[in-house]
Amino acid sequence: MHGAEPLPHPSLPSPRVDLLLVADMVAANSRVLDVGCGDGTLLRLLSEEKGVDARGIELSQRGVNDCVAKGLSVIQGDADTDLAAYPDDAFDYVILSQTIQATRQPRKVLENMLRIGRHAIVSFPNFGHWRIRLQVAIGGHMPRTRNLPAAWYETPNIHFCTIRDFVALVQEVDARIERCVALDRFGTPLASTAPWIWNMFGEQGVFRLTRKP
Amino acid sequence: MSYVTAIKAAGLREVDAPHSEVVHFGPDRPLELDAGSTLCPLTIAYQTYGALNADKSNAILVCHALTGDQHVANDHPITGKPGWWQTMVGPGKPIDTDRYFVIASNVVGGCMGTTGPASLNPATGRPYGLDLPVVTIRDMVRAQAMLIDHLGIDTLFCVVGGSMGGMQVLQWAASYPSRVFAAMPVATAAKHSSQNIAFHEVGRQAVMADPDWRKGRYLEEGVVPTKGLAVARMAAHITYLSDEALQSKFGRKLQGLAAPAFSFDAEFQIENYLRYQGMSFVDRFDANSYLYMTRACDYFDLAADYGGSLALAFKNTRTRFCVVSFNSDWLYPTAASRAIVHALNAGGASVSFVDIETDRGHDAFLLNIPEFFATTRGFLDAAARARGLPPAASIG
Repeated sequence: MHGAEPLPHPSLPSPRVDLLLVADMVAANSRVLDVGCGDGTLLRLLSEEKGVDARGIELSQRGVNDCVAKGLSVIQGDADTDLAAYPDDAFDYVILSQTIQATRQPRKVLENMLRIGRHAIVSFPNFGHWRIRLQVAIGGHMPRTRNLPAAWYETPNIHFCTIRDFVALVQEVDARIERCVALDRFGTPLASTAPWIWNMFGEQGVFRLTRKP
Repeated sequence: MSYVTAIKAAGLREVDAPHSEVVHFGPDRPLELDAGSTLCPLTIAYQTYGALNADKSNAILVCHALTGDQHVANDHPITGKPGWWQTMVGPGKPIDTDRYFVIASNVVGGCMGTTGPASLNPATGRPYGLDLPVVTIRDMVRAQAMLIDHLGIDTLFCVVGGSMGGMQVLQWAASYPSRVFAAMPVATAAKHSSQNIAFHEVGRQAVMADPDWRKGRYLEEGVVPTKGLAVARMAAHITYLSDEALQSKFGRKLQGLAAPAFSFDAEFQIENYLRYQGMSFVDRFDANSYLYMTRACDYFDLAADYGGSLALAFKNTRTRFCVVSFNSDWLYPTAASRAIVHALNAGGASVSFVDIETDRGHDAFLLNIPEFFATTRGFLDAAARARGLPPAASIG
């Protein structure tokens, strides 16, 4: 296969419905850096549907090779070490989807995102969800869910947080929440906006942040 | 001995009468050199593959490595072997000659038809030898730009090359950002490390220690420093491979012996292999040219021209980059490519970076490695879409 055949439309596996929400938070024709871009699903969605100048960073060699072979601008790298090289305000949006819990220094990563992008968009699994609380409280073991199936000794996720914890970090780094959504286990946004409801019933949080002026 | 007899006797007939297109630049177009002098007249020998489209927007310049040449995708005129990138360049290949117009020129200082130390110095009527000014990577790129001008091409669709070829790619992108739409530096570095210089110095000393080198005047004296050049090649060849690859290919196996013979013959297979590599190299390469090529790499430090900041070399560039390294390459290691990527990011460039897993070492850039080929094809396809180039099928 060679030549510029039209690319098949990216299909979104159900656990990544957060990507559609993330994409919805991005303005058309903007400049985006997707940190932890995986196989490039979001990058393609953004560049094909919204005319975005989309670039990515991915840790796994397999993911990077797949992306570059598809013609996406992706570098092999790591959120903890490779964001520092980017200049201030290089992008309109810096996205970190389902990755913050796997970074060594989430606070530093978030600060770098807010430095190199005018907006930062973060989606993450909520460790405050009632099923997870129940597994720890009643089951007495580290939680394993459909979306987080790895055992504690082999999970790449080393810095889990709850939605409440994340909001506290946002205040700590002096950022402002522009938009936020909590998703239930089916990827549907929760109707309620009460913080305790989110923290108890949201499986994922999706936040768009910006620096305070 | 006449000049032509001398170079023929040395097996260097391509110097004077190459099996390539040539372009001559006379006194009206001297090549300005970093050393402060000029080179004039200048001959550039080059090969092309495929067809240039009407708006001249599909040209890819392939830059060759230290001992490579312009014979990228055709049989080599001296060795008869396939071109050094015949697996990568050709109809339907990742660098698809049904779609792109591919140009490859012998670098200045080379020995395959472009002016180099074995060429006739019109001022003396003898080969230049060491009278040729020392050339740099930037000089090579300036000469290539003269060729591209001669071909009437304003912007290259892509400049691609590995190792020393990758240095030329980086230099092109820094010197002529508006003339390079896409750039693919492979298995290279933005500067030569101390270790790189050290290995090159070993090679040069091997050449110069050969009594037949004659202070660089061997051609006129009808001799060739084959032993020194072969040793230089043997030492360099080790740096192109990896410990792991050598171990799996040769291990400690003996060559045609059941047990050690307690001699200094090539008893181990690896010794035999290296000697073969050395001896076959001297049949196609000029010893003085080897000195010039290695020196050009040693002087390469792209950031030095930009106040020590590599990011400044690429500031506000609109070129699309794809940087490729190989994880077992210890000559130009992954970290050297990552430094290029960081500088490109800092300069706001569009950049992809792939580190390919292989045990083949630096030489991997010359080999048929599926992930490398898929990367090249994907990067060029995306760049071609951005440049509005039609797919291969609709040309011709």
